[in-house]
Amino acid sequence: MHSMLKATCASLALGVAATSVSAQDLTGTLRIVSDMSNPAPRAVMEGMAADFDALHPDLTVELEIVDREAWKTQIRNALTANAPDVVNWYAATRMTPYVDAGLFMDISDLWDDPAMAGLASTKGAMTLDGAQWGVPYTYYQWGVYYRKDIFEELGLSEPTTWDEEIANCQAIIDSGRKCYTIGSKFLWTAGGWFDYINSRTNGYEFHIQLANGEVEWTDERVRETFANWRQLIDMGAFIEDHQSYSWQEAMPFMVDGEATAYLMGNFSVAAFRDGGLTDDQLDFYQFPQINPDVAPAEDAPTDTFHIPSGAQNVEAAKAFLLYVTSPDVQSAINGGDALGQLPVNAAASVSDDKFIQEGFDMLSNNAGGGIMQFFDRDFPAEMASVGMEGLQEFMVFPDNLDDILERLEETRQRVYE
Amino acid sequence: MATATTPNRSWYKRNEIAVTPWLFLLPGVIFFALYVIFPIFQSFWISFHEWDGLGEKTWVGTANYERLLGGDRKFETSFWNNIKWLVLYLLAIPMGLFISLFLNQKVFGIRLYKSMFFFPFVISQVVVGLVFSWFYLPNDGLFDVITGLVGIDIRGGVLGNPDTATYGIIAAGLWPQTAYCMILYLTGLNAVDPEQVEAARLDGAKGHKMLWYVIIPQLKPATFIAFVVTIIGALRSFDFIAVMTNGGPFGSTRVLSFYMFEESLSEFGFRMGYGAAIAVVLFFIMLIFITYFLWSMYQDEKGAR
Repeated sequence: MHSMLKATCASLALGVAATSVSAQDLTGTLRIVSDMSNPAPRAVMEGMAADFDALHPDLTVELEIVDREAWKTQIRNALTANAPDVVNWYAATRMTPYVDAGLFMDISDLWDDPAMAGLASTKGAMTLDGAQWGVPYTYYQWGVYYRKDIFEELGLSEPTTWDEEIANCQAIIDSGRKCYTIGSKFLWTAGGWFDYINSRTNGYEFHIQLANGEVEWTDERVRETFANWRQLIDMGAFIEDHQSYSWQEAMPFMVDGEATAYLMGNFSVAAFRDGGLTDDQLDFYQFPQINPDVAPAEDAPTDTFHIPSGAQNVEAAKAFLLYVTSPDVQSAINGGDALGQLPVNAAASVSDDKFIQEGFDMLSNNAGGGIMQFFDRDFPAEMASVGMEGLQEFMVFPDNLDDILERLEETRQRVYE
Repeated sequence: MATATTPNRSWYKRNEIAVTPWLFLLPGVIFFALYVIFPIFQSFWISFHEWDGLGEKTWVGTANYERLLGGDRKFETSFWNNIKWLVLYLLAIPMGLFISLFLNQKVFGIRLYKSMFFFPFVISQVVVGLVFSWFYLPNDGLFDVITGLVGIDIRGGVLGNPDTATYGIIAAGLWPQTAYCMILYLTGLNAVDPEQVEAARLDGAKGHKMLWYVIIPQLKPATFIAFVVTIIGALRSFDFIAVMTNGGPFGSTRVLSFYMFEESLSEFGFRMGYGAAIAVVLFFIMLIFITYFLWSMYQDEKGAR
């Protein structure tokens, strides 16, 4: 109770101070644990910590960078024992265990700050139980990355409807190639396909209802999704043996021209360029429409910062979150030479990289259905793991569908009770 | 014992012989109890709860066991895979024996050959798993190329096909395990009594008869140890699975230890109660073997006395 009172006082004080962000004199130590361990994100994080440190002379910023995969399980220990002041995590349902256990601090008051107005579009993804538990710092679009040169060679154009998609794919297969490469060894890539086909077939609302456990997996509408997916599987659209490859191992198929497209997140662009594809060869299109009656929803996973409830220097932590989300910092860290992703603040400028531009345009103007966080972030953990395993099995043995759906339904009845 | 005891001898002096061994054992006993015995009971306790590792535990009675033993298909797959591991892993014993017989000769450079054969046991299991997963890669992997030459095409590659994946991993595991059994038998062969071999030879024993009736009975201690380490290795077959398939494709290569890890500690896990229930079941399976080992060691000791 006492600490809650203190936190409230501190946040009130901050509310006053925050109007003149740079003027507040923060003291003590700010401990940040970050999972931005890949080379480019690491440089960004280190840069932000150093700049924030320089901005506040009396404040010492201590940064610890943890391997991104390891952090997914380490966060539990970090939050419970000697919690730092700021940590990285993911938006939406993925926050639930820590919110329920009271390990993330409710920072709804921070969201009332006028400086946060530019983040309104991401507020939903940070909201659980009617309160906000963190701030986003970057997000990226998903979509179909394809070999433009092969499309031109075959005289194909970017498909916008499912019929065009199927016709395109048939032409690609007839030319002796595969339409899509995918590496489903670690399962989540199949989750992306499900997100898209399901939301395009039944709409965003239905998809989220399914994620929330309100719809049965054996529902006729779910079967319709799988029937659409099966059209592609049956015509041989996907590379063979994809269950043996990771997403990176599946990439050479597209670089070598054995497959023409890849449903992926924008982080794959860097890997394509490293693989030797030029911007003349590589292009992007939005996943085509299936059901004309539903508005398109897009996968755009958001990465976030949170304040653990055991944080020592809450005032500095909140100031740091405001700093990270401010337009200037957002423009800088999401630029083409930094993260190369989309800024969360509407007032920030978007990098002039062609893929980021296209993604930004798509998400601002053509994602009327809604924004999905991705299969393993929208669905609760156990449902997601059983679900993605079922999706992988479906992609290899589509005939097992009834069995798979029954299994998923069994899990749903247990998980959401 | 002396008949007269001096009355002023202290309690410790009087009981020195009985107490001293316990004093020396005490540190070991304390740590063993704290880190091995106590957690066993803790696991039992947790297995009756639903717990995410963060919040409060909720008592659910035997619900976890009911779900586990009442038709959890992941559990069934894991269980049968464990049985496959136990049975097939034992192949390491005859293979190790065969290689050790082959290497038990004095030619130039035999030490080098021996160390080459022992090499897979020295390198990390993770490395072995990784090497084998490249070996098994569809299209480019050496194994696929070889089977392709004789016209066999395994759909999805060895590790991508649910029918072959477990066997592929076991084969990878057999490589270092065979080396281990080999080294056990090589030391065992040093202890074979040359006089008995000589006597058997005079009586006209040779070839497989010599092996079966004279050599192998003398290798019994080595066989017992090889059996113990192989069974334990089979039940601990976690690293290979984690590296080579991560339990996939579609969970067909899970074993109980991997399933336990997945439920309790993996990225989508943290169902501690259910994980603990799996651990308890695995514990009882191991207990069957442990009881057998202890019993047969006890018999040996009794016989030796």
